[in-house]
Amino acid sequence: MSDITATTPGVMSAEGKPRFYVEEHHPEHSTLLGFWIYLMSDCLIFASLFAVYAVLGRNYAGGPTGAELFDLTLVAINTAFLLLSSITYGFAMLASQRKDLKMTQIWLGITGLFGAAFLGLELYEFYHLWHVGATPQTSAFLSSFYTLVGTHGLHVTFGIIWLITLMVQLNRHGLIHENIRRMTCLSMFWHFLDVVWIGVFTFVYLMGVLP
Amino acid sequence: MTDHAHAHDDHGHHGHDDHADHGSLKSYTIGFILSVILTAIPFWLVMGNVFENSNTTAFIILGFAAVQIVVHMIYFLHMSNKAEGGWSMLSLIFTIIVVVIMLAGSIWVMYHLNHNMMPGMMHDASHSTHLPPGLPAGQSAPVPRP
Repeated sequence: MSDITATTPGVMSAEGKPRFYVEEHHPEHSTLLGFWIYLMSDCLIFASLFAVYAVLGRNYAGGPTGAELFDLTLVAINTAFLLLSSITYGFAMLASQRKDLKMTQIWLGITGLFGAAFLGLELYEFYHLWHVGATPQTSAFLSSFYTLVGTHGLHVTFGIIWLITLMVQLNRHGLIHENIRRMTCLSMFWHFLDVVWIGVFTFVYLMGVLP
Repeated sequence: MTDHAHAHDDHGHHGHDDHADHGSLKSYTIGFILSVILTAIPFWLVMGNVFENSNTTAFIILGFAAVQIVVHMIYFLHMSNKAEGGWSMLSLIFTIIVVVIMLAGSIWVMYHLNHNMMPGMMHDASHSTHLPPGLPAGQSAPVPRP
């Protein structure tokens, strides 16, 4: 996929050997494709964690069940935060297309705040569960729950770290080509996490409270 | 930029104008509204106890999740069979096949394993714990399946 342009000059060198000037462009779309393939491999990680939860999710070992533990109002608010952060990231992408650095930064900042709110609420939920004695050691259900939801939360954490780094980069270098590329990659990452969250809230929380 | 300008940029440019397939205000708004609806309905179905049978609810909310994932793929991740010359779609299809095999296979195998587990085998295990011999094993005793 790389664009290699070889130019044969008309003049030969003194030794009579032909000289080639090889000019290699940074192949733009290979970065995005490569990042997409990373996301697909991440998708496999989440799929295996979902499979673990599917197998172990009802093994309560006499401990608390999902219906007793999950607060769906909290999950609904969390889902709203993540969904809003997805659309605000979209607005940041649109602002970057208009070459509007200030609005790009503002929308990225709002996205980061929604992400942080999501993470804060999730940590609060974990803290609350821990407090009532629902630790990962309690049952296979809770082990798989913490692994799946925690892995997603860890991804969001790294997404926020990346977002802050990107905002610093944008502040320093502006909307240069490289930063646009980084923004596009983070955009895919962020929306991908939202897609995974759809699976989490449906499969873990909503189906977890069903009798 | 207008759509007209994009149509011209698509030809001959490799990396200089890479905004052509990154959505518009309209596509993001449509995606967002669809997502809100597709999220609100499953929450309402579960929190409002709309259906008596929980299996019905489970199948319906899984259907909504599948539709919402497709909506996100199209409107937020800008998935199309033309993106990256078709390679993203190809890798996505490959991933979906692997995921379906892994999920369906694991669930199928493990549920059959549970089903085939003889109650007597679990009973032996419960004797090795410190339960008094006369008492039933309590919570850990499996319910014999028909």
